[in-house]
Amino acid sequence: MGKFFERIPEPVTRLLIVVLALVVAGVVVVFGLIPRSMMDVNAQWAAAVKREEARPIKYAGFHACAECHDELYDVKKKGYHKDLSCETCHGAAKAHTEDPDKVKPEIPAQRAFCPQCHAYNPSRPRGFPMINPVAHNPLKPCASCHNPHDPKPPTTPKECSACHGEIARTKAVSHHVQLACTTCHEVPQRHKVSPRAIKPTKPQNREFCGKCHGKEGTDRMAKLAPKIDLAQHGEKYVCWQCHYPHSPEVAQ
Amino acid sequence: MNDRRTFLRGFLSVLLSGGAIGGILKVLPSKAYAKETLHEGKWYGFGVSVDKCIGCARCMEACKTENNVPRQPFFFRTWVERYVIRKNGDTTVKTIEPNAEQLPEAATDRAILRSFFVPKLCNQCAKPPCVQVCPVGATFQTKDGVVLVNEKTCIGCRYCIQACPYGARYLHPVTRTADKCTFCYHRISHGLLPACVEVCPTQARVFGDLNAAASPMSRFQRMNKIHVLKPGLNTEPKVYYANLDGEVR
Repeated sequence: MGKFFERIPEPVTRLLIVVLALVVAGVVVVFGLIPRSMMDVNAQWAAAVKREEARPIKYAGFHACAECHDELYDVKKKGYHKDLSCETCHGAAKAHTEDPDKVKPEIPAQRAFCPQCHAYNPSRPRGFPMINPVAHNPLKPCASCHNPHDPKPPTTPKECSACHGEIARTKAVSHHVQLACTTCHEVPQRHKVSPRAIKPTKPQNREFCGKCHGKEGTDRMAKLAPKIDLAQHGEKYVCWQCHYPHSPEVAQ
Repeated sequence: MNDRRTFLRGFLSVLLSGGAIGGILKVLPSKAYAKETLHEGKWYGFGVSVDKCIGCARCMEACKTENNVPRQPFFFRTWVERYVIRKNGDTTVKTIEPNAEQLPEAATDRAILRSFFVPKLCNQCAKPPCVQVCPVGATFQTKDGVVLVNEKTCIGCRYCIQACPYGARYLHPVTRTADKCTFCYHRISHGLLPACVEVCPTQARVFGDLNAAASPMSRFQRMNKIHVLKPGLNTEPKVYYANLDGEVR
């Protein structure tokens, strides 16, 4: 064995010593000098999760508001805004829950606020209550007619729109806005008593729409309605297979 | 005699090596394609009802407030895109701007076939490409399925921003680290809803534990036809879309 070491040339021995020293230095640096937290990725992640969890909360959540403002909450939960969080309109309110007297949430009274949701935009889902902010009572604050906690049209929806609000709102921004529901539907009085058993009529054929839209249409109210030749237009289909009567499309 | 011996030896070695290769092939795919469907404890998911979104941008506002996202209009953890699809097949996508006057310019444009809003956020993929590419292990998946960024170790190299197929990440201009939606981890770990879900006025956003038997989230999954964004990338997103248009990428 000793003979084996004697046979190694001296330069190689020196090189071996240098390599050994480097390895020892490396081991010391890796296991001694570098802190464990820098090497253990699981510990880093656990610390990161802790940090994330500890971030400050700004929005208190709807339960927090109801604890004090129960009377407003009771009003709101019956109205059309029942699914809205208080903080949707009033902004982040965690600070307000911690110091109710010092920090007050904003009350968005300016007219530009409500149209963020309720301005007419064709991309919005059909039937969502929308207005044209330019034409709809200009300069009047929204809250002077609508209570934001229990928003209603200033007049109670009567007749058809009381139940068929989505259709009424769709029709209100369409070319058929001037037509009463009864122009096309005959509504038996008892429909209001038992709406499912007794139903209003619906137009049954092309000739019905043709009364206004046919070339030789006779209805004098419909002088300006777009006219088509019933014999040529639309082949075998009935009108409402292409045109939705409550919001009819018009080719221009 | 000798011939038979060589033949037998060769035959046996072929048989053994073939068996070994077959065994490897049999093991590998079963590992690669096994979908991790069962997760112990909480496993968070997010639902978006596209046809309920009114594009009011309350969610974008709330997210910026809650998470100190820079106010400039190009830093987002969540954003809402407006799709306008024209009759000639053109599709324009634009991120809406909070508080911007939204003109109904398209109301009378007959060339428009349909238009709608699509809320977007980090998909919190079950197989996140951003985690794979991080060279320092700064981005990771928690055991409840949320992908987080450890801002103490992030070096701001932007690999993850490049790797995310959904464009959900950005480089925070102050910390110079990657930043992204955390499902409001500080809120959900205290039993609150993410800020965007909290303020959404039409319940277009739903959040919850996918393992819960009865929750708005599991009901959302049960009652809707569900789609995810870019399913072909096999990232297994956990943001589920109901009534999503095929044009949405």
